[in-house]
Amino acid sequence: FMQRGLDSQTKKQLEEEEKKIISEEHWYLDLPDLKEKESFIIEERSFMPCEDLLYGRMSFKGFNPEIEKLMIQMNSRCKEEIEVDDKMEADVSDEEMARRYETLVGTIGKKFLRKRDQRVLQDEDEDGNSNTRPSKKAKKKFLKPQD
Amino acid sequence: FVHRHRLQYVPVKGDHVIGIVTAKAGDVFKLDVGGSEQASLSYLAFEGTTKRNRPNVQVGDLVYGQFLVANKDMEPEMVCIDSSGRSSGMGIIGQDGFLFKVSLGLIRKLLAPKCEIIQELSQLYPFELVLGMNGRIWVKAKTVQQTLIIVNILEACEYMTAEQRKQALARLSGN
Repeated sequence: FMQRGLDSQTKKQLEEEEKKIISEEHWYLDLPDLKEKESFIIEERSFMPCEDLLYGRMSFKGFNPEIEKLMIQMNSRCKEEIEVDDKMEADVSDEEMARRYETLVGTIGKKFLRKRDQRVLQDEDEDGNSNTRPSKKAKKKFLKPQD
Repeated sequence: FVHRHRLQYVPVKGDHVIGIVTAKAGDVFKLDVGGSEQASLSYLAFEGTTKRNRPNVQVGDLVYGQFLVANKDMEPEMVCIDSSGRSSGMGIIGQDGFLFKVSLGLIRKLLAPKCEIIQELSQLYPFELVLGMNGRIWVKAKTVQQTLIIVNILEACEYMTAEQRKQALARLSGN
């Protein structure tokens, strides 16, 4: 019936003992701090970074085209030759992009015009072709069936 | 410096190796890698596999993968997928072909950036080659004879000098 009290007492005793032990240990902990220095030796267990080894999967003379693509990718990580090629390709595509944008904006812009504006655009196109105008007008009129 | 020209392989994290599937234990395959312990490989460690879409791996298959975990306290663990989630050439090695064992020093020589042996061999005829850091090489060529020729050259490269090798290749390309 006195167990709870006893437990708290034993806990306190245990805590005091632990503190004593820790305070004794504190003495030991100080010394190793002074001895620790940074080591300049790095431990490396594999050969790959030491000697810049190639990728292990290879194919020659087109035996396996996927692996040949891989070979180019993997081995270019060691040498950065592909960056130059990317820049060249980007220049060309920029010019093409500019050209395409001009036409794109025009065609998509027309799509969103109202009907009145669309007719105006058509008339403007027709003004350039005055020769074909009368023939077009003739076609537009309804031809009455001859009796 | 340590470890040159040995035969026994020690698994190292990040090394690409060829393993032979020895057992299938539910979700995990056991691979023989040539080390002191067998490596484990989870079926989810391949590209494009999910719980429903399992990879088609049978006992006795060859797998090319890299070590995820490899220290002397734990069983080594392999994966066939790299950190970005792509397989980049790893995975089950296909049918046919020939697997053989060489010393680790020869593998290091073959994987060096400018390896003459591989450059000279690649001039002969089309073939495919997978080199594992555990001393295993897998070769596949169009005919069985060509495959065996390549195997014999690679095995003999350990002891041949450069001149002997060039003579042997010259005889072969003459044929």
